[in-house]
Amino acid sequence: MFAYLIRRMLYAIPILIGVNLLTFVLFFIVNTPQNMARAHLGEKYVTQDAIDRWVAEKGYDKPLFFNNKKLGAAALTDTIFFEKSLKLFVFDFGQSDQGRNISTDVFNRMWPSLALAVPTFFVGIWVNICVALLVLMFRGSPLDRFAIMVFVTLMSISYLFYIIAGQYLFAGLWRLVPVSGFNSGMDAWRFLVLPVIIGILAGLGAGARWYRTLFIEASGQDYVKTARAKGASEIRVLFHHILPNALLPILTGVVVVIPMLFMGSLIMESFFGIPGLGSYMLSAIQAQDFAIVRAMVFVGSVLYIIGLILTDISYTWADPRVRLN
Amino acid sequence: MKPVLLWSDTLVYLMVTALISFVFAVRHNPKSSAHWREIFASRLGMVTFIIILTYVSVALLDSLHFRKALLPTKEHSHQQVFYSNQVYSVLDLLLGEMGDNDERTYSAPFALKSFVKQNRSTHNGGTIRDYPVLKHAGNHLASPDDQVGDISLQSLVAIGKGLLISALFIVLHIVWRRTKNAEKSSELPWKVAYITLTITLCLLIWLIELGNLYHVLGTDQAGNDTLHKTLKSIRTGILIGTLATVIMIPIAIVFGISAGYFKGWTDDIIQYIYVTLSSIPGILLIAASVLLFQIFMNNNPSFFEVGLEKADAKFLGLCFILGVTNWAGLCRILRAETLKISQLEYVQAAHVFGVSHWRILMRHILPNVMPIILITFVLDFSGLVLAEAVLSYIGVGIDPAMASWGNMINMSRAELSRDPVIWWNLIAAMLFMFTLVLATNLFSDLVNDAFNPKTQMEAKA
Repeated sequence: MFAYLIRRMLYAIPILIGVNLLTFVLFFIVNTPQNMARAHLGEKYVTQDAIDRWVAEKGYDKPLFFNNKKLGAAALTDTIFFEKSLKLFVFDFGQSDQGRNISTDVFNRMWPSLALAVPTFFVGIWVNICVALLVLMFRGSPLDRFAIMVFVTLMSISYLFYIIAGQYLFAGLWRLVPVSGFNSGMDAWRFLVLPVIIGILAGLGAGARWYRTLFIEASGQDYVKTARAKGASEIRVLFHHILPNALLPILTGVVVVIPMLFMGSLIMESFFGIPGLGSYMLSAIQAQDFAIVRAMVFVGSVLYIIGLILTDISYTWADPRVRLN
Repeated sequence: MKPVLLWSDTLVYLMVTALISFVFAVRHNPKSSAHWREIFASRLGMVTFIIILTYVSVALLDSLHFRKALLPTKEHSHQQVFYSNQVYSVLDLLLGEMGDNDERTYSAPFALKSFVKQNRSTHNGGTIRDYPVLKHAGNHLASPDDQVGDISLQSLVAIGKGLLISALFIVLHIVWRRTKNAEKSSELPWKVAYITLTITLCLLIWLIELGNLYHVLGTDQAGNDTLHKTLKSIRTGILIGTLATVIMIPIAIVFGISAGYFKGWTDDIIQYIYVTLSSIPGILLIAASVLLFQIFMNNNPSFFEVGLEKADAKFLGLCFILGVTNWAGLCRILRAETLKISQLEYVQAAHVFGVSHWRILMRHILPNVMPIILITFVLDFSGLVLAEAVLSYIGVGIDPAMASWGNMINMSRAELSRDPVIWWNLIAAMLFMFTLVLATNLFSDLVNDAFNPKTQMEAKA
C-alpha cells in the first residue's frame, strides 16, 4: 500500500504541472499583464506610463520563460513563469495585487472556513442518511412517494433562496441570531448556527434522495433476501446488511470532498460575512485580483488530489476485498 | 421593421431544427418511441412536459428579434429609414405595453400609488411629501375605489379568453387525433394534458391582460415592471440550461468514446486532461474564464453594434465557458460505457469482419451511448438554471443589461432588509425559476427511469 501511495503522489505531479501551465496560459498569455493593469487602473483614462509602473511594481514586467539579460540559472529563474507559477509548488504564493501576503491570508482564513464547513458537512451527511433510512422503512407506500416529491421540491429551490429566506426569517424577523459577522473563539457558534442549518437544509433534498437510491440498490441484493429469510429482524438487516454494503458508493462521493472543506463556501461565507477562504476568493474575483485566484486554483487542485488518494485508502478500510497495488 | 439575428438566436433555431429531426428519428425507432410513450403515459410526465413546453414557447417567441423603424423626420428623405436602437422580440409584441410602462421606482403588486414618498409641489406653491400616483397603473379607473371590482371583471374576461383559446387548441387536437385514427395514442392521459394546458394558458393570458392595466407583480428599483422582467428572464434561463450542455456534449462524446475505444496512449492523454480540468475548483475556473472574456470584450468594443449584441456575446461566452469546463463528468461516464460496449461480442465480431473503426463507432458504439447522453442533457438542465443565479450573484454571470432570474435575485438582496419589506422581486423570480426547475427535475427523473438500463432492472426486480 505504501508503494501504491508513492505512485499516486508521483502521478499527482503531472496533474499539478498541468493545472499550473493552464493558469499560466490563462493569466499571462491569453490575458497579458497590460490588460490586467488596464482593468485595475480604469478602462479609458489611463496612461501607458501608469500601466508600466503598475506592471513593474507587481513584477509582471519580466519575460515569460527566458530572460536574455541574465546569466546562468538566473536566466530561467528571473522570469514570470518561475516567479509566479513554479513558486506555487513550494506554497510560496507571493503578494496579492493589493500587496498583502497571500500565504498568511490563506492560513488565517482557513479556520473560519473550516468552522463553518466541517459541521455543515458532517451533520449534513448524518441528517441525510437518517432521513433516507427513515424513508426506506416506508418503501413503496404513499409516504415514500410523498417523501420523494418533497426531496425533489427541496432540490428545485435555489440555494440563494434558502440563504435569503433564512436570513430574513431567523435573523431579520425573529432576531434569534445575528444576521452576519464572525467572532473568533467559542463565541463564534452564534454566528455559525444559522449558516450551518441553512447549509444542511439546502443539501437535504439531493442528499437524502441519493442515499435512498443507494440503500434501495443495496437492499435488492440476494444476501438481504437471505438475511430476511433466515429471520433476521428489520433493524438487523438494515444495520448489518444494507448499510455496510452501501458504504462503498457513499465513500466514493463523500471522501473526495473532505479536503475541499478547507476551501470554504463562496456563497455562504459572503452572505454571512464569515472571513474564510470562500469570501476571500469571492472578493478576489470581484476585485479581479488574479494573483489570489491563481494561488487558490493551485490550493484547490492539491486538495482535490489529496481527496482522490484518501478515497482509495478509505476503500481498503470499507471493503476488505480491495487491495491497493 | 428590420429583423435582428443575435448569435444566440441562431443557435436557438439550430437547436429547434435538431429537436425536430430528433423527434422524427425517435418516431422511426420503435424501441426509443416505446420509452418515450412510457414517459408520456404517466400523468406526471404529461403535466411536466406541458409546463416545460410553455416555458420553451415563451423562450422561442422571445428569440425572434427585430428593430422598429423610426418615424421619418423632416430633415431626412422618405427613402431612408432609420431603425431604433432598441431591440424588440415577438414576445414584446404579445405582451403589449407592459415593457414600456416604466414607473419612477418601487411599487407594490396591484398598487396605484408608488411605494416611495416623493416631494411634490401643490398648486398653491408649497411642497408636500406623499406617495405619487403611478403613471401606468389603473389609468382607466374612474376612482381608486373601483379597483377591486375592475380587477375581478378583468380577471373574468381574461380567464374567459384563456378558456376560449385552450378550447380551440383542444378541439383541434381531438379532431387531429380522430383523423389520424390513432388507437395507440388513446392510451396517453390526454385529459390531464388538456387540463394543464387550460390552466397554464388561462394564467398566462390573465397575467398579460392584467399586466397591461396594473403592475401585477409590482415594479423594481428602476421602475421596470417585475412581471415583464420575469417573463423576459425565461429565455435566458432556458438557453443557459440547454446551450451549455449542447456545447459540452460533442466534446465529451469525442473524448469519451475515443478514450474508451482506442485505449492505450489516447486513453492516457484524455484521462490526464479531464483529471487536470476537474481538479481545478469549478467555480474558480468559470470565474477566471469569464473575467478574462470580459477583459477581452472591453478591449474590443467595436465588435458590437447595439447594446444587446454585447450582452448577447457575453451570455454566449458564459454558456461556452460552462460547457467547456463541465465536460469531464460526462466524458468519464462515456469512457467507461464505451470500454464495456467494445468488449461485447458483436463489436468483436465487427472487428473480425474487418469493419472500419469509424463504422464501428458510428453503428455500434454511438447508438448505445445515446441514452446516457439524453439523460445527461435533461439532468443537467435544472442544475445549470440554478447555477446561473449563483454565478450572477458572484458577478460573473449574465450581463445586467439582460433580464435573468439571477440578476433579479441579486438585486433583491438589499430589498428584504427595508421596512416595509419589498418581497415581490425576489418572490417573482423565485416562483418562475422554481416552477421550471421543478418541472424539469420531475421530467428528467421519468426520462432517467425510462432510458437508464440500471433503473429499468431495478424496476423489474
